[in-house]
Amino acid sequence: MKLHVNILEVKNLKIYFHTSDGIVKAVEDISFEIEKGKVFGIVGESGSGKTLTAVSILKLISWPGKIMGGKILFNETDLLTMDEKALNNIRGSKISLVFQEPASSFNPVFTIGEQIVETVLTHQGVSRSKAKEITFEYLKRCRIEEVKKTFYDYPHQLSGGTKQRAMIAMALVNSPELIILDEPTTALDATIQVQILDLLDEIIHKENLSILFISHNFGIIARMCGRVAVMHKGKIVECRDTKSLLINPKEQYTISLLESVKALSW
Amino acid sequence: MVIVKCDRLKKRFFGRAGIVKAVDDVSLEIERAEAFGLVGESGCGKTTLGKIILGVLKPDSGNVILGTKKMQVIFQSSYNSLDPKMNISDILSEGLIIKGTGQGEIKRKVEAALDLVKLPKEALKKYPHQFSGGERQRIAVGRAVLTDPEFIVCDEPVSSLDVTIQLQILNLLKEIQKRFGITYLFISHDLRVIKFMCNRLAVMRYGKVLETGPVDYIYSNPSHPYTRSLLSSHFYDIIKNDASLKL
Repeated sequence: MKLHVNILEVKNLKIYFHTSDGIVKAVEDISFEIEKGKVFGIVGESGSGKTLTAVSILKLISWPGKIMGGKILFNETDLLTMDEKALNNIRGSKISLVFQEPASSFNPVFTIGEQIVETVLTHQGVSRSKAKEITFEYLKRCRIEEVKKTFYDYPHQLSGGTKQRAMIAMALVNSPELIILDEPTTALDATIQVQILDLLDEIIHKENLSILFISHNFGIIARMCGRVAVMHKGKIVECRDTKSLLINPKEQYTISLLESVKALSW
Repeated sequence: MVIVKCDRLKKRFFGRAGIVKAVDDVSLEIERAEAFGLVGESGCGKTTLGKIILGVLKPDSGNVILGTKKMQVIFQSSYNSLDPKMNISDILSEGLIIKGTGQGEIKRKVEAALDLVKLPKEALKKYPHQFSGGERQRIAVGRAVLTDPEFIVCDEPVSSLDVTIQLQILNLLKEIQKRFGITYLFISHDLRVIKFMCNRLAVMRYGKVLETGPVDYIYSNPSHPYTRSLLSSHFYDIIKNDASLKL
């Protein structure tokens, strides 16, 4: 039996954008693995290709962007060769995604409850009343105080923090094997950010989840992730366990990034 | 010497959801040549207070006593604050033209400002969209400094920038302050930025100033529970040199 099981292996992934000014190599030949039950971080500045990497895992890239090569192995099956129908069975059920901006990731014309119930019905084959029950349970688990009110609220009626809690509930509701968190707290105020991160930290460890955590904030990555990849201009500059990377960064880019973060700490 | 004195300022806004007390009985004093920080979360009234001090908004009651008329402002988003249809040369010289400065003087000053914010001369012919976020913010800083201000309101000037670029812009602002003795009102939601830039600060919430004092003192002895929670909310953001992490 293998000791380490990788839930996700990305191999030599290339994503190019075909623009009128030529080809932009947004992600150029990156490889990394996420071990089952571990939190893996990607840190980098804007435009480094981290979000693109995240959405490519669910093949959510549209023209002029195109995946030009590589493999994305999820439980040893290549997602890039899968057809749309098979992929739809994975999206939102085996792999779920939480975006930065909760305001734009919910549909504004449906209530929070309807949207989460829809995800449950699509993937779990349960009755509507059972789906509603499950939704309540997950909203509660994400420490939403007025569960019933939130269920019947439209997205614009909720605060940013509550919306993101509901988003996390939606990501968890089908018990996915991998959750991709793309800057889950960047749009929130500092005091709310810390609440959401505490919640994520608790859920991740309690339920032993496998996570791809994407952030531009080195401090958050350092506290949340066991292993981390530093991305810069579409390439992985350095990829190691977080502690050794923090104590002993080897590449110039990592060193200068860490210096900036530390200069702004106290 | 006090350059800005706010006395019992109040400003209300009337919305559909009722009255919002954006600034609620705020008094504070900013000393000449200091960097005064104004910190708080979104909606706490910090930008409204900045606008009242600049004279852009009229307070409902209270008054602002200014020790200078030479004021400038640097905004958060250089996308909105630089006119996309003007080239950099026009953007930089506009303020001077309004002041009635002569052609030769304008040319000399614009070039000096460009040099100060470390942009090449070729930048003058280009348009805002041809620059990165950091470069655009340099242009905004250059434009602010050009009219020889004594007081600049910096409203979240680095909030939309990456951390390495943040540091560059903050260092530039520090350098400018040292060289010209400019006073800053530095508005930010980020306590890290305030700590780096300012010597004194005021913490705002719901339109009120909760506490005021020297940065070093408040960071080590926050008296208001909200200040304490703001400070502790940076737990995830900061990396200490000893790498004391819970891994």
